[in-house]
Amino acid sequence: MTIEARGVVKSFGAFKALDGVDLKVANGELLALLGPSGSGKTTLLRIIAGLEWPDAGEILFDGENALDRGARERHVGFVFQHYALFRHMSVFENVAFGLRVQPRSIRKSEAEIRARVKELLDLVQLDWLANRYPNQLSGGQRQRIALARALAIEPRILLLDEPFGALDAKVRKELRQWLRTLHHEIHVTSIFVTHDQEEALEVAHRVVVMDKGRIEQVGSPSDVYDSPATAFVHGFIGESIMLPVEVAGGSVHLNGRPLDLAVDGAATGASTLFVRRHDMVIGPAGSGTLDGAITHVRSFGPVQRAEIALAEGAATIEIDAPRDRELRIGDRVGLKPRQYRIFAG
Amino acid sequence: MSIEMTLHRTRVTSAERSHADKLATRDPRAEPSLVRIAIIALAIAFLSIFVVLPLIVVFAEAFGKGLLAYLSALSDPEALSAIHLTLLVAVVSVGTNLAFGLAAAWAITKFDFPGKTILITLIDLPFSVSPVISGLVFVLLFGAQGFFGSWMQSHDLHILFAFPGMALATIFVTFPFVARALIPLMQEQGTQEEEAAISLGASGLQTFFRVTLPNIKWGVLYGVLLCNARAMGEFGAVSVVSGHVRGETNTMPLLVEILYNEYQMVASFAIASLLAMLALITLVAKTVLERQIDEDLPHDH
Repeated sequence: MTIEARGVVKSFGAFKALDGVDLKVANGELLALLGPSGSGKTTLLRIIAGLEWPDAGEILFDGENALDRGARERHVGFVFQHYALFRHMSVFENVAFGLRVQPRSIRKSEAEIRARVKELLDLVQLDWLANRYPNQLSGGQRQRIALARALAIEPRILLLDEPFGALDAKVRKELRQWLRTLHHEIHVTSIFVTHDQEEALEVAHRVVVMDKGRIEQVGSPSDVYDSPATAFVHGFIGESIMLPVEVAGGSVHLNGRPLDLAVDGAATGASTLFVRRHDMVIGPAGSGTLDGAITHVRSFGPVQRAEIALAEGAATIEIDAPRDRELRIGDRVGLKPRQYRIFAG
Repeated sequence: MSIEMTLHRTRVTSAERSHADKLATRDPRAEPSLVRIAIIALAIAFLSIFVVLPLIVVFAEAFGKGLLAYLSALSDPEALSAIHLTLLVAVVSVGTNLAFGLAAAWAITKFDFPGKTILITLIDLPFSVSPVISGLVFVLLFGAQGFFGSWMQSHDLHILFAFPGMALATIFVTFPFVARALIPLMQEQGTQEEEAAISLGASGLQTFFRVTLPNIKWGVLYGVLLCNARAMGEFGAVSVVSGHVRGETNTMPLLVEILYNEYQMVASFAIASLLAMLALITLVAKTVLERQIDEDLPHDH
């Protein structure tokens, strides 16, 4: 099923949670809504589910107006951030809930319900927990039960709110791969909300980056990482070095010193230079480079991280350099960005 | 893995506890033992004089002339009528306030609407008004010179000095209990489980009976218990509207006073002993329920 949002606006009192959001989600896609807290991503998810109503705008499922229908009729599987498992029901009854509350005319028989629940618990590999209660489960187990419960109603859309938010780092990594595999198996159009860029980039087919109730960029993980559309996206995704520069007369100046960088269409005036940490190449100090002295070096993993105090006290920045070259504290170096972007402001 | 973790956790807590025990001996906040003994003795003395002693007196007086006198006092037609009336008033007011309390707590905790704070304040009103005033309100409304008085007389309706008036006064005095027991519990539990139920296709009623009610059942019982204790024990408000018609509009607390004023000590204290037993049972049940409610609160943070 395809999902489309058109000009969705939603305010909570004076706070504008969504400020005109347009989005199309393709059938069978796994999409991530990524943004800092307060960016409106959860509100958008709840509006799609019918748990919240927009002040203006449209939501279309397969081209049909979804706002005509309440949450109950939308057939959307929703996985809550804190799982919202029914605490007084066993795992089995939690998963069976959506089947048991169906109108009598279409309700499955008890035997069919049991078979379906068993099938779902097998799918999330937790059939051995059927008789436990939610408070006897670990976070990762609750997460998977919540997912099985949402899938029980054979939803046309699966929505997950911060699905891994409350889990520890190791479980999070496992579940990420598991979710991707599961989506591959069931192939339901799915949207998940996250503030964790690694999660979004690793799991989703496409990533929607949001800030202050607006969509900043929609694209594949490599799109948003390699060609960020806005200063916000560049700063939010990946680790970026940001330096205030002045663009004038076709060249870029840092603290009045010209840098050997092409301007390629950036507006003149005060701007910000964005460079990924690993895109800074260390060379000899000279004209047109960012000159500075190494103040600190730490080596771990495949890289060494150097802290460099730029000349004239412009800023202190951290860069990631390959480990093939020894860096010493006090060395004077010149940095040249391999890839960079300049955004006005 | 989870078992291992639980074991580990238990070990840590017991280690922490013994560590804490050691610390307690030189806890800078701990009072010298003499002071501690004095404070505890004071508390016990106070409780004995104001709670335990009166309780003993009630039962001593009730059984002062033997078990037979006690039983015959209780089987007196006037006493039986008072017990009957008290139970009836309690059933009606607890039933009404159960429905009202559930509705109010549901509305307050699951929805946002204008005037919510006013409603919360109004629910507490009976706690801050003297019961006598609560009774007088109904006299002013339904009395012969009251607001509805002449209309009621012309339609031959009797509310004051009859069962309906006593039930109304009791309902008014006891209406905060169920709502008050449920609001904090339901606030703590939030609305996520209800949202989950609705997104799974449950109707409003299914959501209420399958998700909300099971989560708050101990809280409901707790509210009903306190509401019932107050309904059976209410004196002031009921006294104003009852008219004290013997054998007809006397509840147990009212009868206790009448019999006492007539120096019928055994009869008076026999009825009082029933009320005292109600209080004791309520106390025990309350403790049990509080433990159950604690288990229903979300702990999974």
